[in-house]
Amino acid sequence: MDYVVITFLYLAILLYLLLGGADFGAGIIELFTSRKNRRVTHETLYQAIGPIWEANHMWLIIAIVILFVGFPRIYSVMSVSLHIPLLLLLLGIIARGTAFVFRHYDAVHDRMQGVYATIFVYSSLVTPLFIGILAGSALAGYVDPAAPDFLSAYVWSWLHWFGVAVGVFTVALCGYLASVYTIGEATTEADRQRFIRKTRLLTVVAFAAGALVFVAARYEGLPLLTWIFGNPVGITAIGLATISLGLLWYVLGQASRTWLPRVLAGFQVTMILLAVGYTHFPNFIRLRNGQHLSLFEQLAPAKTISALGWALLLGSLFILPALGYLYYSFQHVSRPQSAEAHGG
Amino acid sequence: MDDFLAARSQMALSLGFHIIFSCIGMVMPFFMAVAHYYWLRTRDVTYQNVTRAWSKGVAIFFATGAVSGTVLSFELGLLWPKFMEHAGPIFGMPFSLEGTAFFIEAIALGFFLYGWDRFNPWFHWFTGVVVGVSGLASGILVVAANAWMNSPAGFDYVNGQYLNIDPIAAMFNDAWLSQALHMTLAAFAATGFAVAGVHALMLRRGRNMDFHTRAFRIAAAFGAVAALLQPLSGDFSAKDVARRQPAKLAAMEAHFHTEKSASLVLGGLPNEDKQRVDYAIKIPGMLSFLAHGNFEQEVTGLDRIAPQNRPPVVVPHIAFQLMVGLGTLMMGIAAVYFFALWRKKQWLTSRWLLGLFVAATPAGFIAVEAGWTVTEVGRQPWIINGVMRTADAVTPMPGIAYSFYLFTAVYLSLSLVVVFLLYRQIRMVPELYDVPAGTPEAAHA
Repeated sequence: MDYVVITFLYLAILLYLLLGGADFGAGIIELFTSRKNRRVTHETLYQAIGPIWEANHMWLIIAIVILFVGFPRIYSVMSVSLHIPLLLLLLGIIARGTAFVFRHYDAVHDRMQGVYATIFVYSSLVTPLFIGILAGSALAGYVDPAAPDFLSAYVWSWLHWFGVAVGVFTVALCGYLASVYTIGEATTEADRQRFIRKTRLLTVVAFAAGALVFVAARYEGLPLLTWIFGNPVGITAIGLATISLGLLWYVLGQASRTWLPRVLAGFQVTMILLAVGYTHFPNFIRLRNGQHLSLFEQLAPAKTISALGWALLLGSLFILPALGYLYYSFQHVSRPQSAEAHGG
Repeated sequence: MDDFLAARSQMALSLGFHIIFSCIGMVMPFFMAVAHYYWLRTRDVTYQNVTRAWSKGVAIFFATGAVSGTVLSFELGLLWPKFMEHAGPIFGMPFSLEGTAFFIEAIALGFFLYGWDRFNPWFHWFTGVVVGVSGLASGILVVAANAWMNSPAGFDYVNGQYLNIDPIAAMFNDAWLSQALHMTLAAFAATGFAVAGVHALMLRRGRNMDFHTRAFRIAAAFGAVAALLQPLSGDFSAKDVARRQPAKLAAMEAHFHTEKSASLVLGGLPNEDKQRVDYAIKIPGMLSFLAHGNFEQEVTGLDRIAPQNRPPVVVPHIAFQLMVGLGTLMMGIAAVYFFALWRKKQWLTSRWLLGLFVAATPAGFIAVEAGWTVTEVGRQPWIINGVMRTADAVTPMPGIAYSFYLFTAVYLSLSLVVVFLLYRQIRMVPELYDVPAGTPEAAHA
């Protein structure tokens, strides 16, 4: 059962990044769209994510529940040492989740729409930034449960160049995922071309942000290159990601393919996570004293893990088919062009 | 404000906010499903309008409830890391099941809100029912987790260590059934009365009579049935608390001295220094009867509890009185309503009966908050009853007061925005729902 629980933990994190990430990206893209096109972009993105919005968010809850039930010490160390970025992340989640719904369900469409939209787009930027900072902080090795003073215990644990770089990279990845996702949702050829251009631009941005992570790692003295390229799995993953990026660039312009770019983009992000995660597994958080909080060492007692594992397995029997049907049902191709789709 | 008080206040604030939103998000889908059912059976457009109007409320409340619930799942660790480090593996079972229920609810909500005219009408209706059922299940599971804090089970506490952990036994602790029953009925009563009250107000103003009459009847029926059943579950809960947490019962009842044939204290102001209650009405023997089903039996008072383990008295006592008082009031209105349905149909459209419902709009939620205050403050100083003290669980991080101020600002503004949104929804009813569905005007609804 240990492996079941650990698999679900990584799966939940991965799916939150892929599906929730595309969500965050929707807001990021809206922020970086010219005023002229903002309305179309907003509506296209809304239609794409509206029905699946709440479900995308659930992966975060699943991940956090697995952490506190299955790995309570990791959860508690995170909660103490990374209190501040977690708090900022939460503020982002509150602002984003409510602004999105308010903007759609407010019965009166007036100036308030502008307020909701502003909150939505900026919180879409802030939330993945802190997710990235948290991820970077897990690896960077500044988390110190025995830190003597406030700054090193609660601030330098997460505020460092590597964390910030991973945060920026996460933001870029989210924008990239969303832009690829939206291509298939465009209703006119002009929009489609615009989204393709946006995807190409964001691919470059994501690439640059990725490079920034290596620079920051070098500055902080983290052997990121060794972590990723020091083993055959990492090399293979990055190789496959690069090949699929080339393939994606090639198929982007083809109108007939809506699902292939999405699969390729998702595959790339999965491979990046695999490459980074592989060397560290089963370690979850690197501590200042050089030790690690390992998933295997911090496991909850066997009976808890077994109950959690069964709950996850049984839960996924219900969730995965229903979720699959939800995504399938609200594919662009089957969407009727009625006013209802706008009105809900 | 010291960090401990700030952490407690922030937790209270977050839960107090979440509890209202999640109750409405959990109960309103049932109202919606009933209206939806009538629409599918009768094809009476007004029912469809009611369903649609309510579904927007559900969407707003679900989203707000979901984010505030997410915040709570982090706050458990941010504020009480020591508690979660030990309790997580023990009482985590209901949370992991709740994750599933919540997930299903979110999926079903996606189908329901965006599925009009897209699926078989009965499948669409069914997804709305699933929203309600899975919401109810997640509510019950979360309460089961809270019940464990009142009635810890499923582990052995030996020399500061938590051994022989059994998460299933922890989930089915002694308190889960009585607490879950009480909370579920409370959610139905509070939401029913709140929704009915809003529609009653509109009826008194003579607006969209057809729309508001139907909406009012559905909500009032749910609220009234729950309000009439609630005293039974209250009695069950009281006996349960008397047996498991005599300190909490004593605090609720401001029962300072252990005695036989104990009197029930109505109202009054507890004086903790002098160990007595001023200005109260006392009914002899009644507390013994309510707690143990026997007018003679001894009821443990706070004097039997070691001073360092005594909960505060004033807050739980007043909150308890408030809860019972409001519950009784709602029960009375429910009885009048059913009498009207049965014998006096003309009352149903009278201004005074509608006025009663308008007046009772916030009653259920005030009672919910009060009841929750009783159960949480009454458990102090324990976070895990008899095992871990709240003060030992708090985060070592200083400056929690700032986080409390921040969250107060966030939750205050969110509450204001939600009230503002609901006001606009209600104000727009004539424009959105006075046209038959299917016309272009209706489609913009």
